[in-house]
Amino acid sequence: MILLRKFYYGDYGESKLGSSSDNETSSSPSGAGGEWPLWEVFIRSKQGLDHKHAGSLHAVDAAMAIENARDVYTRRMEGVSIWVVESKHIHASNPDDAGALYDPANDKAYRHPTFYNLPDAVKHM
Amino acid sequence: METNQETIFQDKVDHEIKIEPKDWMPEKYRQTLIRQISQHAHSEIVGMLPEGNWITRAPSLRRKAILIAKVQDEAGHGLYLYSAAETLGISRDEMYDQLHTGKAKYSSIFNYPTLTWADIGAIGWLVDGAAILNQIPLCRTSFGPYARAMVRVCKEESFHQRQGFELLLTLSQGTDAQKQMCQDAINRWWWPSIMMFGPNDDASPHTAQSMKWKIKRFTNDELRQKFIDMIAEQVKVLNMRLPDADLKWNEERKHYDFGKINWEEFWQVVGGNGPCNKQRLDARKKAWADGAWVREAATAYAEKKASLNPSKGGTSETV
Ligand SMILES: [Fe+2]
Ligand SMILES: [Fe+2]
Repeated sequence: MILLRKFYYGDYGESKLGSSSDNETSSSPSGAGGEWPLWEVFIRSKQGLDHKHAGSLHAVDAAMAIENARDVYTRRMEGVSIWVVESKHIHASNPDDAGALYDPANDKAYRHPTFYNLPDAVKHM
Repeated sequence: METNQETIFQDKVDHEIKIEPKDWMPEKYRQTLIRQISQHAHSEIVGMLPEGNWITRAPSLRRKAILIAKVQDEAGHGLYLYSAAETLGISRDEMYDQLHTGKAKYSSIFNYPTLTWADIGAIGWLVDGAAILNQIPLCRTSFGPYARAMVRVCKEESFHQRQGFELLLTLSQGTDAQKQMCQDAINRWWWPSIMMFGPNDDASPHTAQSMKWKIKRFTNDELRQKFIDMIAEQVKVLNMRLPDADLKWNEERKHYDFGKINWEEFWQVVGGNGPCNKQRLDARKKAWADGAWVREAATAYAEKKASLNPSKGGTSETV
């Protein structure tokens, strides 16, 4: 029994593994009209900080997604600003490529300040 | 290939590297998580029913506001968890369907009725208390989205338990009738609460595998003992008793000994024969059916709006 159908949550790209952007709106078992689309929610916890992924929810449109995000993710002043984006619009890198993508950065130690040995006499550098 | 993938997977788990939805994972791990997370989500949602029962009859505005906030939190917990389960490839509607058809279970504790106002206190103190002990280790569970959802849940839970205890404390300092109501609620909720940790370890077939995958961090019996040790002390502050004649501090074990759990009752309730199983499921099915027109209307409205103004998604703010 395999339940693979949709892979969202911002972690999913276009891998053929399970993403089904082509039939997601038509094949839901809920009968009337299918599920509301899934949205990813990003919240700025306070002025001056980045928006951070908080989770996801279902809504028919962006306005409803923001309203629901307010109720679901900010009941205790967790945020001052909300972004929502429909999950199907998020493209992600493939974890199988992680080695090729991020490993080469490892042997470029000269990109870090600690790579350079300077005499103690040098101050403020 | 399969074994190699499996080795890499287990190696990550052993080294406390979280598994994310798109990472390779054994099919059994995926299924176990879908089952566990969705049933956890169902428990949060069904768990609103016994408490919702008392919102209109809360004895003061303060208590009413607290209870509404708590029940709303539980709805939120359900939603965090449903989203986490969806990352594993099951749809929300499939999960609802499993709940409504009885294929998926939810925590049996919610099949007991809330007969008096004191039950609201007992639920907060004992039921949320037991849930918290289960949930704290889940903040470190191996599947990333589940762990993140649990961090959020745990932050919100501590008020749940405290308001329950405070409610009982107030009753315990009240009239004789109030004291009696308090003791009666404790009597009825104690045993079902300690059953919440699930069957004994030797009767819990999934535990070993779940521990190896670090979905679970402690066994049912370990958590149950911890809970009993905690509550046996707290009940003294209430000047109440736990309904267990065998409950006694064991100096050697440094734990409380306790009486025999009626597992026959547990399995009866799991099997659908608890006092409120039918009522709870009917309430969920009715809510789903009654909401159908809202779901359809909202979809129709969004479609119409999009067709009138196809370039805009509906909000004004630009990034
Ligand atoms: Fe909860
Ligand atoms: Fe709770």
